[in-house]
Parts: sequence; structure tokens; C-alpha cells
Amino acid sequence: MAGLQRLTPHLARLEAEAIGILREGACAFRRPVLLYSIGKDSSVLLHLALKAFFPGKPPFPLLHIDTTWKFREMISFRDATAKRLGLELLVHTNAEGLARAINPITSGSALHTQVMKTEALRQALDMHGFDAAFGGARRDEEKSRAKERIFSFRGPGHIWEPRLQRPELLSLFNTRIHPGESMRIFPLSNWTEFDVWDYIAAENIPVVPLYFAAARPVVRRSGGWIMVDDERLPLEDGETPETKMVRFRTLGCYPLSGAIESMATTLPEIITEMRAARRSEREGRLIDHDGEASMERKKREGYF
Amino acid sequence: MAAKRDLLRFITCGSVDDGKSTLIGRLLHDCGVIFEDTYTALSADSQRHSTTGDAMDFALLLDGLEAERQQGITIDVAYRYFATPCRSFIVADTPGHEQYTRNMATGASTASLAIILVDATKGLLPQSRRHSIICSLLGIRHVVLAINKMDLIGFDAARFTAIAAEYRTFAAALGFQDITALPISARQGDNITSLSSKTPWYRGPFLLAHLEAVDVAADDAAKPFRFPVQWVNRPDEDFRGFAGTLASGRIAAGDAIMLAATGAQSRVARIVTADGDLPEAVAGQAVTLTLADEIDIARGDMLVAPSARPETADQFAADVLWMGNEPMLPGRDYLLRIGHAWTTARVTSLRHRLEVTTREYQAARQLEMNDIGLCHLSCLQPLSFDPYAKNRATGAFILVDRFTHETVAAGMIRHGLRRATNIHRAAFTVDRTARSESYGQRPILLWFTGLSGSGKSTIANLVEQALFAAGRHCYSLDGDNLRLGLCNDLGFTPADRVENIRRAGEVAKLFLDAGLIVLGSFISPFRAERQMLRELLPAGEFLEIHVDAPIETCIARDPKGLYAKAKAGLIPNFTGISSPYEAPENPDMHLKTGDFTAEECAEQVLQALRGKGIAC
Repeated sequence: MAGLQRLTPHLARLEAEAIGILREGACAFRRPVLLYSIGKDSSVLLHLALKAFFPGKPPFPLLHIDTTWKFREMISFRDATAKRLGLELLVHTNAEGLARAINPITSGSALHTQVMKTEALRQALDMHGFDAAFGGARRDEEKSRAKERIFSFRGPGHIWEPRLQRPELLSLFNTRIHPGESMRIFPLSNWTEFDVWDYIAAENIPVVPLYFAAARPVVRRSGGWIMVDDERLPLEDGETPETKMVRFRTLGCYPLSGAIESMATTLPEIITEMRAARRSEREGRLIDHDGEASMERKKREGYF
Repeated sequence: MAAKRDLLRFITCGSVDDGKSTLIGRLLHDCGVIFEDTYTALSADSQRHSTTGDAMDFALLLDGLEAERQQGITIDVAYRYFATPCRSFIVADTPGHEQYTRNMATGASTASLAIILVDATKGLLPQSRRHSIICSLLGIRHVVLAINKMDLIGFDAARFTAIAAEYRTFAAALGFQDITALPISARQGDNITSLSSKTPWYRGPFLLAHLEAVDVAADDAAKPFRFPVQWVNRPDEDFRGFAGTLASGRIAAGDAIMLAATGAQSRVARIVTADGDLPEAVAGQAVTLTLADEIDIARGDMLVAPSARPETADQFAADVLWMGNEPMLPGRDYLLRIGHAWTTARVTSLRHRLEVTTREYQAARQLEMNDIGLCHLSCLQPLSFDPYAKNRATGAFILVDRFTHETVAAGMIRHGLRRATNIHRAAFTVDRTARSESYGQRPILLWFTGLSGSGKSTIANLVEQALFAAGRHCYSLDGDNLRLGLCNDLGFTPADRVENIRRAGEVAKLFLDAGLIVLGSFISPFRAERQMLRELLPAGEFLEIHVDAPIETCIARDPKGLYAKAKAGLIPNFTGISSPYEAPENPDMHLKTGDFTAEECAEQVLQALRGKGIAC
């Protein structure tokens, strides 16, 4: 009862919708998995999965695609979370990409994303035989995502064909697939960035501390602050890390994630700051700027 | 403030280039949702793809697929999110092209309000009508008629009023609760987020004010309790719960529930959630119910209020929006999903196709992509449902191709067809059996079908005279006579002919109930409608008699001078001349009136009736 009163009618509705979608995915598919990327959206998704199957546990494992370039704090948060909740966590890295020394710095963000994220994800899904994967993507993030279904059909090879999407009426999801085909499922489709933070605050959901402002070593690049998270980040001529109060709106591979200067060290402060923000969260993600329609291309190839 | 904020889901629809995407872009921009970096990217995009010249092309914000940006059209639904201090909004921007109507329906299925855009320079287009009809069919009850591009017609009040009046006339039968007409310019921002000084003659609210204020509460909580069981939660030996989302109504611990399909009853023991047990849950909440008794319940079942059971039937009539690339074929099996239940279903008959620009019903043999038709369906297992008009969540289904798994149709159930399942018909002690026994006869409908001038009425008249003389209680229904009264609002288009026969059939059915022998003389040119009559009546009570004379003979007879007029072009849709006659393939009787006299034909009918024990 207390839980319900914590939420506005709007958030309660979003929560119920997401729980219904999680249950549907778990029932309708042979071997589902939850793609856990450690960020705030994944934290919300995981929290909802715990609620959806209560008093049981989510009937699927978590999968993290580790590019080896995530923030160290993300990895420790990931392992602590799986342990705390007693959930099965699968971690997959593209060994071939690692052997080829693909990295976000010298390989470029496009190739790095292609090999270490998209291909790695396809490998992991195929290796474990997952036929459905939950993800925390939201339609308000990006314009090709705005067009995607909640139950998003993928053909053989995990291909997304945006022109052949199945009509999705009410919550009458068409969950039928053939062997070799799969489904990506997005329970947070109708959530906005505001909703995610409001919900995190209302439900007191743990998130990676990188979302809160702290003094961190950073360098200025492409108009954003890049954190020097370990010794692998080569400094350019004349570049010296400086300590700034910064936080992250989105988290990914650290050399590709731009921080913003901020003094917001608490959830209410983050929410207040965000309401005044005039720039979108994905701006901090360098991979979206690889070219027009780049997200759509990546998604067609199997990216989340 | 935040606690009271509710959600309005709406769609924008209309024809291509009416400015749908521009309107949403304008709303997002003026509500401060478009971030600076998005805005910068948009400026660059506008210069590359724009169809607007120098101005910012908001449509590029929404047309997020490469194919859309290259072609400058919207292909798929885009969902956008914005909020004002009093309301959150989810808007579905839907395609205008006819070939993407199915995507438009996708957006409409979850919306409670539709903005129908009309280009003031063009007026109402077929696509505006088509979208309005689909919105109506999908249960949208609130409409905003946004008459756009007012700037291009100098904010002409008379033109605005004329379009609005034309729309209201057209939409009168669509069941919308309210239609609010607004003069706007999406590109210039007039009457979108503030009242425009250019329309001093307009006294209504601006668009955003209306969207914030409009009351769309469907009040699902006040409807009967419906709980489609999504999942059986059995984490251990001790716990067995039924997880799902309340489709409608409310439920409290201790309340009686019933399994819709079987009538098995129990009580709710607990309403379980991760936040603790609830004393009560209402429509829209996702919960897990445990019951006081062990009853066999699986995913796909529906728990309901015992006092208000839904219909359970394996046959029903539904409006079907066809979305498949291949046409809908009666007789083919499809997968059907309703609630959380899947079964195999077949369209047993296509009653008629809806001509969506005129709202006329027409005879049809198949549905093409984006067609809407009234169908009868038959399922492998009985389903529990409510009429869609009463409950969207429990009255909608989809059809899925068994082989390609393509979603081929959306269906909105009208009613069950298994007569005993749901009809709470008033039961009178003096019933048809009592009446027909008192008359000492078996009721039957003798249906004379054939071309004008083939001799239907003449033969029916002779048969009735003979039956009457023998003490039988009869009544003749004649096409011309009915058209002078009950059907005097109908013309001779295919749609009206279908309706004419439907009414004749219903009247005949009442007379049969009254215990009478009924003789119907109607051209009734379409097989589908004659089949409808057969299905309308109990088995054996419909005798199809083909009164068959060659068209040349009918023309030569021309007792009413109609063929002469038709050939002179004075009568459109005249059967045999400018409108088809579908001859019966297997009539119960075949009277060749070119070869026999009317008396001989009447005697053939009487002989058949004697064989059935109906005439003596």
C-alpha cells in the first residue's frame, strides 16, 4: 500500500505497464534474458523485474556485454548488485575483438561499437540460445527508437527491419517466432528520462555513483568532459587531467561518455538540474553522432 | 501538483501533407521538450532534407527512419512524450498514406483522443474520413478537428466554419462524444499553445489548453471486474498466485470471483504485490491474486465478477481491420490472440466490407490490406469476451498468420453467435412452439429470388392462395412493398441492397416466431445475403427458391416497364443491366419460368411443401 502511495498515478501506470510486459516476455518465450547494462535504465528495469515476479525471482538471468572499457565503478556496482539480489549474471566479451585489440580510442567509436557491443551481443544471444532479450531502451531517447515496437521482432541474424514491424494493438503482443528468430522487448518504451529519475527517487533504487556529482579527473574533449578512469586513456599533447565536479547523464564506455559539470550530489538535486536542462542525455554519447540515422543502422545490425 | 497529473494518449491523423508531424514538432517545441542539441541537429537536417524552404522542418524530428527522411513521408508510428504542469502526454504520430493504415491503427488502439488534421486549402479528403472511421471503430470517443494551414487561406472564418460543419455531418454517426474544431497553423504556431490574434472570430480554446482540459476518463474501474490471467506464479510449494493486470473493474480481498469459461467460483484470499498485500486493486494495476480454493486456472483464462459474466462462445461477429499483405480469405485458419489466450480461428463468412470513405456496407468476397469488414469467426476453443464497444481490453483480438507469424488483422468483437451463450432474451410462455402448434403448422420461410420480371411475386401469390385455402396461416413479404414502408430510406446500391435483405430477414424471423409460413419475394442478388438469411434462421426453416428466367425473357415481359427505363440509363444499379445477379449455386428449388407457367411453378412449390409436411 505504501508503495502505491509513493508513486504518482502517472508512474504507477508506467510501472504496471512495464510489469505486464516483463511477465509477458517471461511467459511467451522459451529462454528470455535481461540485458543489464548497469545504467539507470537497467537499474529501473531490474527493479521492475523483481517486482513483476514477486514473491518469486525473475525467471531469467542477467546478461552484461562487457567491452572492457566500462567505468570501474560500473563493474563493481554490477557485481555487487547481482550478489545482493542473488541473481544469475552472465558476462560476455567478444574474445575475437579483444584479440584484435579493438578499442574505442584507436579503432574509433563506430568500429568499437560494432565489434565489442553489437557483435558481442549477437554472439552471447546465439551462444546461450536466448530467444528474447529485455532491454531498458526508451522511445524518448532517439528518433528511430521512437518508432520501435515494445515487442520488437528480429529476423535471423538479429536483423531489425523497420519497415516490416508488426502492428502492435493495445497489449495484444504478437509473440510468435520461428527458430532462429528472436524478440527484443522494451518494458520502458513509454518512460521518459524524467520518469526514470522520478521513479528511482520514489522507489529508492540504487544506481551507480557516477550519476552523482563528485570531484573526478577529467579532460576536455569534443565539447565534453572525459573521465580518466584508468591509465589506458592516452593523453594528447598538452592535455593534463584536471579535477572537476562532474556527473554523467548516461553511462557507457568511459572514453565515449561525456560528463557534465554539476554540483548535484543527491537525487533531488539531479532531478532539479535535469528539469532545467536544455540538452538531451544522448549528447554525452559519442556513438550517436557517427552519422545521420546511425542508431537505426546499428539497430538493424543487431545493436540494442 | 505532480500527484494529480494524469496521462492523455492521443494520435494525430489525416492525409499526407496535412501537417501532422509539423503540428507535433510545434507542440514539442513550444512545450520546451526539444533540447538545444536536438534543435541544432534539426537545423542541419532541415537544410539537407527540408520540404519547407528556410523554416525549421519539425517533421524531421519525428520521421526517424531513413526511408521516411528520404521520401519525406511518415511510414511508421512515432511516439513522443511531453508534459505540462497539469498533464502528461503520449502522442502517436501516425502515417497518412493509405498503404500504412495498419500503422495508423496501431497508434489509435491505445489512444483516447484523435486529432484529425485537415488542410484548409483542400478541405476534407477521403483519408480524413477513413481515419475518422478507423478511430471510431477502435473506440476513440474524443476528436479534435484541427483545420490547419489557416494562414494559407487568410484565416478565413467562413471556410473554417464550412469545413467544420461538413465534418460534423459526416461524423454524426461515428459515435464520438465530442468534436472540437480548431483553426490552426502548425507551421506558424497559431492557436497551438496560445490564442492567435489572427483569428479574433474564434472563441474556443487553443489546442494545448483543450488537450489539458478534455475529460477522457473511460472509467474502466467502474466496469465489471475482468482479470485475464497472464501467468501462474508458483515459486514454491506453498504459493500459487495468478499474475495479471486488471482489465477493468476492481477487486478486494474476500471478493467472489468466477472463472469465466467454466463458471467455477472462489474468493480472493490475497492481493499480492512486492510492496505488500493490497486490500483492493483497480483497473490498470498489475497484481498477483491468490484464491481461497484450488481451481484449475491457466494462462489465458479470465477471472471475472460472478454477477457480471462476459460472453463465452466459440463463434462471434467482429469488425476486422485487415493488415496482411495477402488478402483475408474466409475459410483459412489463423492464430487468434485475445487477452492472454491463443487459439486457432477461421473467418466463416465475410458479411460485408465497409467502404470507409462513405460508411456504406458492400458485399465482398475478401478483404485486402487496410480493408475493414464485418466478419463471423469460429474458434477452436470457446473464448470469453465482452463487446469491444463496452470493453476495449476484453473485446479486441489480433489474427496472426500461422506460417509467417505476420500480424494480419485487428478485430473488435461485436457479439457472440452461439445463441444460447449470452442471449438474455425475454422468455414468453406463449412461444413459437405454442403458436405453431395452435396453428397446426410448421413455420418456414419460402424465399423467392430472381431477376425483376422473373415471376417471383406472381408465383408466391399463387402459393399463398393455395396455402391459405388449405387453412394455413401465411404472410407475404414483398421487396416492393417493404420498400414503400420499412425500407423507404434505402436505395439500390449494393450496400443498401444488403441492408434491405437484412431487414427483410429480421422481419421474416419475427413472423416465423409468430408461427407463420412466410413467403419472401426479393431480387436479393447477392449470395452472401441469402446465406446470411439461412444462418439467421433455425436449420430447415429457410427454403431458397430460384425463380429463373433468362434475362431476355424478363426484358420482353418487363411488367413494370423498368427494363426499358434501365436500358435508357434512367435507373442506376438495375439488377441484370447495371448491377450483378449472383445466381444460387445450390438452391433448394429451381423454377424455370421460361419453360413453365406460373401455375405449374406454384404447383412444384406446393408439392415440395407437401413432401415436408407443410402443405396438405
